[in-house]
Order: sequence, then C-alpha cells, then structure tokens
Amino acid sequence: MAVATGLYGISFGALSVVAGVSVPQTMALSLLLFSGGSQFALIGVVAAGGSPVAAIATSTLLGVRNTLYGAVVAPLLEVRGWRRLAAAQLTIDESTAVAVGQRERAATRAGFWVTGVGVFVLWNAFTLLGALAGDALGDPRAWGLDAAAGAAFLALVWPRLAARRAQVVAALAVAVTAALIPVVPAGVPVLAAAAVAIVVGVVATPATDDRKEAA
Amino acid sequence: MTTTVLWVTVLAASLLSFGLKLAGHLIPEHWLATERVQRTSTLVTVALLVSLVVVQTFADGQALVVDARVPALAVAAIALALRAPFILVVVLAAATAAGLRALGWG
Repeated sequence: MAVATGLYGISFGALSVVAGVSVPQTMALSLLLFSGGSQFALIGVVAAGGSPVAAIATSTLLGVRNTLYGAVVAPLLEVRGWRRLAAAQLTIDESTAVAVGQRERAATRAGFWVTGVGVFVLWNAFTLLGALAGDALGDPRAWGLDAAAGAAFLALVWPRLAARRAQVVAALAVAVTAALIPVVPAGVPVLAAAAVAIVVGVVATPATDDRKEAA
Repeated sequence: MTTTVLWVTVLAASLLSFGLKLAGHLIPEHWLATERVQRTSTLVTVALLVSLVVVQTFADGQALVVDARVPALAVAAIALALRAPFILVVVLAAATAAGLRALGWG
C-alpha cells in the first residue's frame, strides 16, 4: 500500500501543477483536503477551465462517501476532543478499509491510525515530489500528462464498476457528459452526471430491506 | 482562475471535505445506515469519476475531439483489465499519448 500511495501521490502532484495549480496550493490540497479522488477531481475541473463553484462542488460530492466512512469508524474508535478531529481528517478509503477489515477492537484502532497517518505522510511527501517534478517538465502534452489524468480517473472508478447498477450509471454518465460538453460551461457536465446518479440512487427499485422499511 | 480565486477554491473545498468527514463522526450511525443513502453515495462516486474520464479524454474546451488521449485511455483500460497497478496504468497511458505525439499524431 505504501508504494501505491507514494506513486499515486507523485501522479497527483505532477498533474496538479500541470493543471495550473501552484506548488503551495497543491500541497494545501494534500494536507487539508486529503482525499485523493476529490483532489484529482478539483484539479481536473480547474484544468478544463471550469468555474470555482463547479470545482468545489465536484470535489465535495466525491467527498460525501467519507461521511459514510466516518459514521462506520467513529463507534469503533471512540475518541473525543482533538483526537476526534484528527480521526476525521484521516477518514479516507484506505484507513476505513483497513479498520473494518480487523476482527479485534484493538487491531481495528491500530489499523485505522497506522494506515491513516502512514498514508497522510506518504501522500504529502510524494505530492511534493510530483509537484516539483511537474514544475520542471515543461509542456505537459509532450509527456502525455493530459492523457494520464483520464487514465487516473479510470483506474479510480474501475474497481467500483462490478455491480450491474454501477455499470448502468456509468453508461448514463458517459452519455450525459458527452452530450453536455459542447453546450454548457466546463465543470457542469460532471455535476449533471452526478445529478443523474442521485436520481437513479433515490428512485431505483429498492432492495428487500428497503421495502420492509417502507411497509 | 486567478491565484486568489484558486486559493479560495482550494481552501473552500478543503473546509467542506473536512466538514463532511467530521459530520460522519458526529452524527448517529443509523442515520446513514439506510440502503438508499449507501447506494446513492456509491453511484454518485461512479458517475463523477466516469464523467471526469470523458472530460479528460474527449474535451478540448467545449469541443469534443479525438486525439492521442483516446488510444491512451484504451491502453489504460487494457492495463486495468490485466490488473496492472495504478502507477503503471497512468504511465502507460502517458507514454502512449507522448509516443503518438512524437510520431506527429494527436
């Protein structure tokens, strides 16, 4: 996981600087925003010439899953005060996955903190390396770095496409995005795709448990 | 975006990100345990990422174009199907686009 996080951080740092985000701003994203998908999304909208509101909205919508993670890990960690704030900041895909993967309560807590702190340190160190490298590269197109951004998003979504419903939403997202790119400002097609997913999620045929609740 | 606007964007997005994380730690777990909430969150993540793939690969401003990014994405998809690690997927895509451009296309 350490190697994956490091290399992923280098990609983010380089692509962020190439997108026109300065090295200090790139570091602020990794230190303060600290959620890979949201960070990539924010610089993606900036690179495409989207508005600040579109960039913030896209990043924030991608961060909603961290709220669900927080609700899962909070009862396992049982922390208060500043430790709770630290735990919140470290609540991401990796720390949550490792925490819930443990059987013993002590291992759960250790797994969360070690993974969260470890990823935080590596992510920031390698973001800095990538940002400095990206700064030195010159024309990003000659290095194919614009294509690397699309590949990064594809790699992030790939493991989430196993379910049938996810595949349907993915197809809808492609259609909506392609249809809207020529007619609305940059950043808006991505938000429209998210809106379609919300509609599908809310109105889709409920599973058995849902029906029981409704009845 | 100007430097100031970009800083505001970065800091606002960071504040909202932290707010979402903290909210998860503060509100009762059962509020979010409904299947509909979980399902919608998962689908929104998928839609956003897929949409970003399309924008990053086919958009040039407001135009839809086919250039070196498209074969690069195809190479990335093949690499993912073969279970290549993240960095290899990204490097192969970049190398494909860079190679095609060096040959004078896209």
